[in-house]
Amino acid sequence: MTAIGRPEPAPPRPYRFPRYERRVLGNGMRVLVAPMPALPIVTVTIAFDAGAMTEPSGQDGVASLTARALLEGTTRLGSTELSEHLERLGASVVTDADWDAGVVSVTMLRSRLEPALALLAEIVRTPAFPEGDVERLKIERLAEIMQARAEPRGLADDVFARATYAAGSRYARPHRGTATTVSALTRAELAAFHAARFRPGGATIILAGDVTAADAERLAASSFGDLAAGAPAPVPLDDGAARATRALHLAPRAEAPQSEIRVGHVGLPRAHPEYFSVLVMNAILGGLFSSRINLNLREKHAYTYFAFSGFDWRRGAGPFSAATAVQSDVTAPAAREILAEIDAMRATTPKADEVELATSYLAGVFPIKYETTDAVASALAAMAVYGLPEDYFDVYRDRVRGVTAEHVRAAAEKHLHPDALQLAVVGDAAAIRAPLEALAFGPLITYDRDGEPVASP
Amino acid sequence: MPALSFPAMRIPIERFTLPNGLAVALSVDHTAPIVAVNLWYNVGSANERPGRTGFAHLFEHMLFQGSEHVGANEHFELVQRAGGTLNGSTWVDRTNYFETVPSNHLATALWLEADRMGALLPAMTQQKLDTQRDVVKNERRWSIDNQPYGTWWEKLPELAFPPEHPFHHSLIGSMEDLSAASLQDISAFFATYYTPDNAVLSIAGDFDPADARTFVTEYFGPIVRGNGRPPLADMRVPERFGDWRRATVPDAVPLPRLFLALRSPVFGSDAYYPASVLGAVLGMGKGSRLQRNLVRGREIASEANGFTLDLAKGSDLLVADVTARPGVAAERLETETAIELDALRRDGVRADELDRALALIETAVVRSLQSAAERADKLSMFATYLGDPGLVNVQLDRYRAVTVDAVNAFAARALGEDNRLSLLYVPRDGAQAA
Repeated sequence: MTAIGRPEPAPPRPYRFPRYERRVLGNGMRVLVAPMPALPIVTVTIAFDAGAMTEPSGQDGVASLTARALLEGTTRLGSTELSEHLERLGASVVTDADWDAGVVSVTMLRSRLEPALALLAEIVRTPAFPEGDVERLKIERLAEIMQARAEPRGLADDVFARATYAAGSRYARPHRGTATTVSALTRAELAAFHAARFRPGGATIILAGDVTAADAERLAASSFGDLAAGAPAPVPLDDGAARATRALHLAPRAEAPQSEIRVGHVGLPRAHPEYFSVLVMNAILGGLFSSRINLNLREKHAYTYFAFSGFDWRRGAGPFSAATAVQSDVTAPAAREILAEIDAMRATTPKADEVELATSYLAGVFPIKYETTDAVASALAAMAVYGLPEDYFDVYRDRVRGVTAEHVRAAAEKHLHPDALQLAVVGDAAAIRAPLEALAFGPLITYDRDGEPVASP
Repeated sequence: MPALSFPAMRIPIERFTLPNGLAVALSVDHTAPIVAVNLWYNVGSANERPGRTGFAHLFEHMLFQGSEHVGANEHFELVQRAGGTLNGSTWVDRTNYFETVPSNHLATALWLEADRMGALLPAMTQQKLDTQRDVVKNERRWSIDNQPYGTWWEKLPELAFPPEHPFHHSLIGSMEDLSAASLQDISAFFATYYTPDNAVLSIAGDFDPADARTFVTEYFGPIVRGNGRPPLADMRVPERFGDWRRATVPDAVPLPRLFLALRSPVFGSDAYYPASVLGAVLGMGKGSRLQRNLVRGREIASEANGFTLDLAKGSDLLVADVTARPGVAAERLETETAIELDALRRDGVRADELDRALALIETAVVRSLQSAAERADKLSMFATYLGDPGLVNVQLDRYRAVTVDAVNAFAARALGEDNRLSLLYVPRDGAQAA
């Protein structure tokens, strides 16, 4: 084959994030509409101020269980009838809660929007929380908790969270709750959580797809406009760290063929002013395939199938962590390489070439991320939940491209804290404990198979 | 408001074939300035020779290790630097490679694919092979060996297809066979299967078709046609298993899980659509039989789903995947799931169940058309499996034409005890928590 020179890119074509319009209903509920008429479908997403951070003390898991229980029937329709009504409209509704919001979302053909939205309003406004269905949902959730415990990666995530956040911080405990807290939840607690948090004042409804702003406003008003005004009470965010210095956290798993590794510390809140510098810094460190951590652990050493790092952005300071799964015999060397990459990120200014790769990647994939009505609705929900500026999506690419090597270095120095790193590992203790201790990383804390710390001898 | 880009939910398609046999499908849509490039090679784990299980997938990894004019890891870097996403995947009977890039970088994406189709071997080294072999072994540990129920996709085809059948063996491969793979295997596999006449190239999104033709002709045109490929072993199997075969797997799992499979018509055939709809009646959504009756009604399962694997050769498999509720014995999963299959076979489906399944499928099909990457992948899929990318536009019609009678006729044929396979995972050594 004759060599053909590498092609040069053509001039870029203009891009704009889908235009959206904003309305506010009389009761305070916000309405965002993004007309995207490429296909005759519409996504409707409603975000309530009903995330796990708003759970009453001792009721871990009530937020996501309440969100899920919305689909178990209304004062008019039983759970089976409700599912059939929705699904005959081709509408599979997803309801769940993350740390910061309770979210109800559905996508269906435009021709079925009106009846589907009427059902969605019914679900949100008049859930019945039938005793029997709530008890069944609790058992299903307990089954999920058992599954997550059995998965080395799920256990590693839980141990890392517990190792990183102070005992009083909600972030120290799984957002889905634990077997103990979920077992204790009652129908009345779900109903009370719903009454307190699913209020129009804290909510945003988003319609994205084949719908006009006028139609969307009319539909939102007729579905939710007569809800009594009121906003949920604000809640404090406790995101304090468990400890100021390093520690090694080991959860044994006999004969595991791989070790799950998490390295990190308390990160930053989503609304942080240096968000873009930190985003680019992490992209260089471990945010994409061509990042330092992946090229080192996978392509140079072949320790793993993949390795990455990230900031988990929440209202409070979510965690920063690097994560990977490596064959057991290289557990300590792999951890050492990750630590070295974190140190190097702070020690030297990245090359212009690396910064350019990260910024052009982040700016370039932005339009690819927002092709679908689902993705646009989720993005607008995040904008509402995190209080991002209204022009956020229009300036995003310029903000990313404005990040320089000096910004990255400064962000790494300021926001990566090698002395505060927690190293959590789930693996075959007989094979990995001694080499990990030989790293002299910090004091060892061991955990049992349920992710509970084992008292030191 | 602008008109719909895809009136009547049909995407525009242009096709042409290069003299070297490369089939090309183009689908233009200017909604966003992005373009998806998707290449399907008509080769998968079914084409592996004995002693080389996992080779097709290991080979896929090697395609990201550079080619004559592209350095090691530069393929990933160039696409990410352009602001694009990319990956590849291996299946039993195809391997695909794809990238979505800002539309002004279309030429780069095509050039990269052409360089590795035309001139992979100069970049292959023993060291790269050794590294990717270890990466794949770690992929195996991560996705299968260290994952509860992770072996199901190895065990199920092993039971569903006879030993000499190309779908019988492991797709990701055994550690031993991965260790045995050599650079010579790379050369031979490349020469045999990675040829323009054994591939389909699809482009979807924001581009000028004339430009695309120019790039494709310039970059892929000089690549020489292959010398033919060895025929696959006979893929045909009887329509039904002929028995109820069972296997129990003790594993590090907290709850029993049953995979109950049956043979069903291959993807894309006339008989496929009633079978696919039956899968949705059985296990798609909360209103499906399994979720309504096993999760909600009789409360023996914590999760239940039904689906077809969409195998396009030999026989497809329709699978019910049911996880026990805590405290429910493993054996009950099979008897209770069988009650549902028996009832469907005996009494058939109701019209409203068919409507529900079709409505959910309709939404899913239209949703998938939103993404340029998915449109390109579907074009490649229909072209590779059925010779016509335009079939992407008749899927909804084919589903909508399915009748209650057609579903019931399939249920009567396929849901009997002579066409069942139970793969049952049970907690190992008392690991089950009640």
